[in-house]
Amino acid sequence: MKTDILAVPRGFWSLLTGMRVTLSQFFKPIVTVQYPRQTLKMPPRYRGHIELILDPETQRSRCTACKLCERACPSDCILVEGAKFEGEKKKSVTQYELDFTKCSLCGACIEACPSDAIKFSREYNLASTSKEGYHYDLVKRLAEEKERKSL
Amino acid sequence: MSAPLKIEPATGSGETFVLNLGPQHPAAHGVLRVKMTMDGEYVMRAEPVIGYIHRMHEKMGENRPLAHFLPNTGRVDYLSALHYNHAFVGAVERAAKLEVPPRAEFIRVITSELNRISSHLVWWSAFLLDLGGFTPLLYAFDDREKILDLLEGLTGSRLTYCYFRFGGVVEDLDPGFAERTRKFIAEMRPRLKMYRQLVTDNIILRKRLEHIGPISPDLCLKYGATGPVIRGSGVSYDVRRAEPYSVYSQLDFDVPTFPESDSMARYLVRMEEIVQSLRIVEQALDKLPDGPVLGKVPRVLKLPPGDYCYAVEAARGRHMVRIVSDGKEAAYRLKLRTPSFSNLSLFEEASKGMLLADALALMGSLDLVIPDIDR
Amino acid sequence: MSLLSTEPLRLLASLLLIIAFVGLNAAYLVLAERKGAGRFQNRPGPNEAGYGGWLQPVADVLKLISKQIMVPPESDRLLFRMAPLVVLTPAMMCLAVVPFSDTLVARNVNVGLLMVFSFGSINVMAILLSGWASRNKYAIMSAARVVSQNVAYEIPMLLVVITLLMSTGTLDLSEIIKQQAGGFWHWNFFRLDVNPLAPVTFVIFFICMLAEANRAPFDMAEAESELVAGAFTEYAGMGFGVFFMAEYANIVLGCSLATVLFFGGWQTGLGALPASWGAWKVLIGLGFFLAKMYALVFTVIWVRWTFPRTQFYGLLNLSWKILIPISLFTLLLSSVMIKLFA
Repeated sequence: MKTDILAVPRGFWSLLTGMRVTLSQFFKPIVTVQYPRQTLKMPPRYRGHIELILDPETQRSRCTACKLCERACPSDCILVEGAKFEGEKKKSVTQYELDFTKCSLCGACIEACPSDAIKFSREYNLASTSKEGYHYDLVKRLAEEKERKSL
Repeated sequence: MSAPLKIEPATGSGETFVLNLGPQHPAAHGVLRVKMTMDGEYVMRAEPVIGYIHRMHEKMGENRPLAHFLPNTGRVDYLSALHYNHAFVGAVERAAKLEVPPRAEFIRVITSELNRISSHLVWWSAFLLDLGGFTPLLYAFDDREKILDLLEGLTGSRLTYCYFRFGGVVEDLDPGFAERTRKFIAEMRPRLKMYRQLVTDNIILRKRLEHIGPISPDLCLKYGATGPVIRGSGVSYDVRRAEPYSVYSQLDFDVPTFPESDSMARYLVRMEEIVQSLRIVEQALDKLPDGPVLGKVPRVLKLPPGDYCYAVEAARGRHMVRIVSDGKEAAYRLKLRTPSFSNLSLFEEASKGMLLADALALMGSLDLVIPDIDR
Repeated sequence: MSLLSTEPLRLLASLLLIIAFVGLNAAYLVLAERKGAGRFQNRPGPNEAGYGGWLQPVADVLKLISKQIMVPPESDRLLFRMAPLVVLTPAMMCLAVVPFSDTLVARNVNVGLLMVFSFGSINVMAILLSGWASRNKYAIMSAARVVSQNVAYEIPMLLVVITLLMSTGTLDLSEIIKQQAGGFWHWNFFRLDVNPLAPVTFVIFFICMLAEANRAPFDMAEAESELVAGAFTEYAGMGFGVFFMAEYANIVLGCSLATVLFFGGWQTGLGALPASWGAWKVLIGLGFFLAKMYALVFTVIWVRWTFPRTQFYGLLNLSWKILIPISLFTLLLSSVMIKLFA
């Protein structure tokens, strides 16, 4: 019977302990990031959609259109076409399309690439009102990047 | 206040009505529908209706090369993606007799255990939300965020990691990972104390969970329930101990069991598992050997014909991948044995005669992930 | 001035003030609740509408008003529409007899306390009506829960109040406050000579008030993880908004009552103010009253964001097995004390 009488004050005490915990949190700083005003920097390994790498020496893509990434992709979201220009030993990429609606960001394409021509971008603010907004032309993207760098 | 509160199962007055809980209901997180035959507030029969998020993962695994199935594994149970990665990768490695470098095995254990903690934190917060407590959710997500940051720095992704590969892991630890993880462990321990003060010791929570929803060991065995559910019934079954895989046999950890079999026991098992996982991560970081992280793997992987199994202890219980190979590039049959499916199966029998709120507390204590049930 | 002192006009002005007070309180207590919840959870709470979120209630109200009010086709249309009207009235009626400051009371009734409790009991009718009229399984379950909950908690609450009444000897709220004049040790909360368990009495009163107002951890009426939104499941737009307002009106009423009964109402607790201050005395009294009341409201919010919801039978057990015996005991103890020492 003794424990029964103590059960009520002990239960009440446990409630007070809980209230003390929340009150101590009340005065602690805010931990959330106020998103559109503050943004987080993504870590170097962040997996965004893929993009072609601009070779600093040749100022063009290293991609040889070997299509290994196309084959490695589990979701069929990559389309690569290449052509052999005169006076060159290897093919170069002329078309590299990514259907980001299907991509699961697994990174199989990057692992498969023999010439290190693609990498993950670190972009995450991606929004579009149409499906076509997620069909990325990576060759065009690379040309834009080159232009940006040359400016 | 003397004897623990006992609720007699309702015998049924014959006047019942059907309550459709879900597929959109705040208590069933996800699209689980439970068809409840109610007598007043008493549940006479609760029939789970599943399949609302069925995605044919098994079939997908049977019509594509093995490596192409890897991203799928993390999406079966999105809360413990790495365990599911591990089971599939392990099954293929066992079949193709691939060597995994020891460093890779330790990295797998470290990341898996971090994943287990984050999964248990999500369960904890969602369970408390079921019971009407909102604030613990935010505290737990704050801590989970730290784990996600750790894993994001390492794998580049926050939820569906897809980090393990046949024969190892994609990349070595990123610089500073070990220090940041140790710092996290040091921060996490006082937080667990706070969780205990705020929630575990709380009289309201104790009254809601103690002696509620008992699941006998027999019932667990009958339906194949595993993980914290069976350990909360006093059966010390943990795949990491029962069929040691990876390097778990080299690590020292306890398998917490509570014989009370009630919802509180399952709650306490998971809280204790967080402590044990922290211990495992600490040990694995100490023992981490140097060396490569990816073994030699043939370019085109074809499994020799045969039947292969590999089980891991996922956050919700035993997850097993079974691959039947006929020597081709794709598996002939791929079977995923998921813990949530078995754990849900016992709900109908266990919830008979309970009050609605208690039945929902019981369901919450099973830690169901609906995509894991439907696959 | 002379016009305002005529009784009907004074009453009308007071009622308008009370309606404005209740409306503003409901709107800004929602914001306070959300901000408070945010702080308890280490986040800022609503902070986009207006500076620091100060226009959030306006945005909320605009949204609720612009929504269509749906009446479910199979429901009892009259009762369904009546319930939101019934739910707000009792709280407003009760606030009319609460003295906010010296002479600042809409209508001083000498049985004020009795009136508060009799009107307070009507509140449950509104939830019953809404649950019944909705023709929704969740709503009817919630309605049944709320009725038994309110019946169970009315008893310890009244027992506690009777304990108090034995020492005050009056049902007039202004009179009760006047008895607590002087230092704060004259407040009923600290009157250990009359009732040695006065703080316990207050805790019981507070718990009962939470239960009567259907607040967490006793929010059986909503219980969103079990009953979706309970009795309010079928309500949309302002219909739902009125139930929301009523919840906060009930909290304000409960906390005002607790202030009057236990914490000396508008008394400063530092002794009487000099008579020469005139009208300032009334304003200072109002300030003290509101400060005490909002401190209690903060506690209500604090409790909500700390605890999980009680189980339904746990709630009834708490009332019948713990609160009622304890309050009966304090009643007995207090009567013995008064008989022996007073």
